[in-house]
Amino acid sequence: MRLKGQTWEFQAKPRILASATVVGPEEGQGPLASDFDYIYDNLEINEKTWEKAERKLLEQASQLAVVKAGLTKEKIQFFVGGDLMNQIISSTFAARTLGAPYLGVFGACSTSMESLALAALLVDSGAAELVLAGTTSHNCTAEKQFRYPTEYGSQKPPTAQYTVTGSGCGIVGKKGNGPVIARATIGRVMDLGIKDPFNMGAAMAPAAADTIEAHFRDTGLTPGHYDLVVTGDLASVGLPIAKELLQKAGVRMEQTKFGDCGLMVYDMQKQTYVRAGGSGCGCSAVVTYGHLLKKMTNKELKKVLVVATGALLSPLSYQQGESIPCIAHAVALEMED
Amino acid sequence: MPASTKKGNKFSLDNLSSQEYKSIAQKHEPKRSIFKNCILAFLIGGAICLLGQAIQQAFMALFDMSTQEASSPTVAVLIIISVILTSCGVYDKFAQVAGAGTAVPVTGFANSMCSAALEHKAEGYVLGVGANMFKLAGSVIVFGTVAAFFVGLVYAIFGLEGVHHQ
Repeated sequence: MRLKGQTWEFQAKPRILASATVVGPEEGQGPLASDFDYIYDNLEINEKTWEKAERKLLEQASQLAVVKAGLTKEKIQFFVGGDLMNQIISSTFAARTLGAPYLGVFGACSTSMESLALAALLVDSGAAELVLAGTTSHNCTAEKQFRYPTEYGSQKPPTAQYTVTGSGCGIVGKKGNGPVIARATIGRVMDLGIKDPFNMGAAMAPAAADTIEAHFRDTGLTPGHYDLVVTGDLASVGLPIAKELLQKAGVRMEQTKFGDCGLMVYDMQKQTYVRAGGSGCGCSAVVTYGHLLKKMTNKELKKVLVVATGALLSPLSYQQGESIPCIAHAVALEMED
Repeated sequence: MPASTKKGNKFSLDNLSSQEYKSIAQKHEPKRSIFKNCILAFLIGGAICLLGQAIQQAFMALFDMSTQEASSPTVAVLIIISVILTSCGVYDKFAQVAGAGTAVPVTGFANSMCSAALEHKAEGYVLGVGANMFKLAGSVIVFGTVAAFFVGLVYAIFGLEGVHHQ
């Protein structure tokens, strides 16, 4: 690994050997439905509590990823994962089921790429041969913990986002044909004073812009190097803000396609209840591990930069009037010829 | 436009003040349709009150009750309707359109208690349902009582006796 600024350039070609995604019914009605491995037809995920449902999504996605890689779970040397719940409890329970040595990480919705970057670093440095990275979120656990009870009748403003019910996992190793994790840029915490938890897109946009700018500054690449750059969950409010910030900073994003997982996972015309778009750990995880990896394997995309964004707030911090600290981590995935 | 670009300095996220950023961000935020929300809240809230009035009239006509006698069972019926709609997962979808129209009437109060009770049943009846049922409704009761105290104080000081009109 070579360190340039805040970017790791991996030398040993860590790859995603296999990945799996499990989602809820609303994601199953979205345009990416055919890219997911398993779609539940009920939000309860056949469980008694929302928390158990969220955990089950991760347990199943991790098991599926192991099976798809042609491995057994005993072969997984480390599991790097996290989620949005207090004390990242969903990942911990899933790690209990998996039984592998576990590194719990928290980066809010950026956890998907934070865990993947760390998994790649472990493999690249020779600290491990097979590492599972994964994350999960559930719409109702997030509502319950961060907002109001799920059935409470509150009017959501048009800037509000909808937490994705879903889990995505990837297995990182060296041997295989999957996309190479070429480099990763670790973000720093950005906070430009947005306090409204119903406007996460605006809160997170500076973090995304900062990490993208750092990525191109560190690597010397231009946005045109990638076929696609996607942010995690900036949605319809945050993405145009990030575009404007990057344009002002002189990063020429018009050279590439610049999208957002939160705008891809739902049908924005029909599923209007998602308001500004999707969010949550599961959002960038299911889009990356489901949709994008499939497109890469089919050679429709060769080089993709995923910039997962996270709002690192707690229910207490915003009730006490604090602004929302945000972060973004970028991982570059590249198919070899 | 942010001040930094006017001065001709190179744009940098590190030099961007919170005020400058807010002016950039606000341009991209969809407008909240306050007028439309007010009209919908008025119509739907009004419709709920009209339903309440109809229920009250029905109690008075069918059970030969006075206006005051009919008021408690009327509220109870509205609460039951709200609890059923909440439990079926409909009330919150309705509220997205109605806003204050479904939050202000007694049905909104019932919804806040019922939704909290449903949500926290997973943590048991004592630590879950019991402890969380008033999570949202609690502030309504606290500030309602405080407001009532001050209104009572005004009545006491200015000698306006609260006469109940029958």
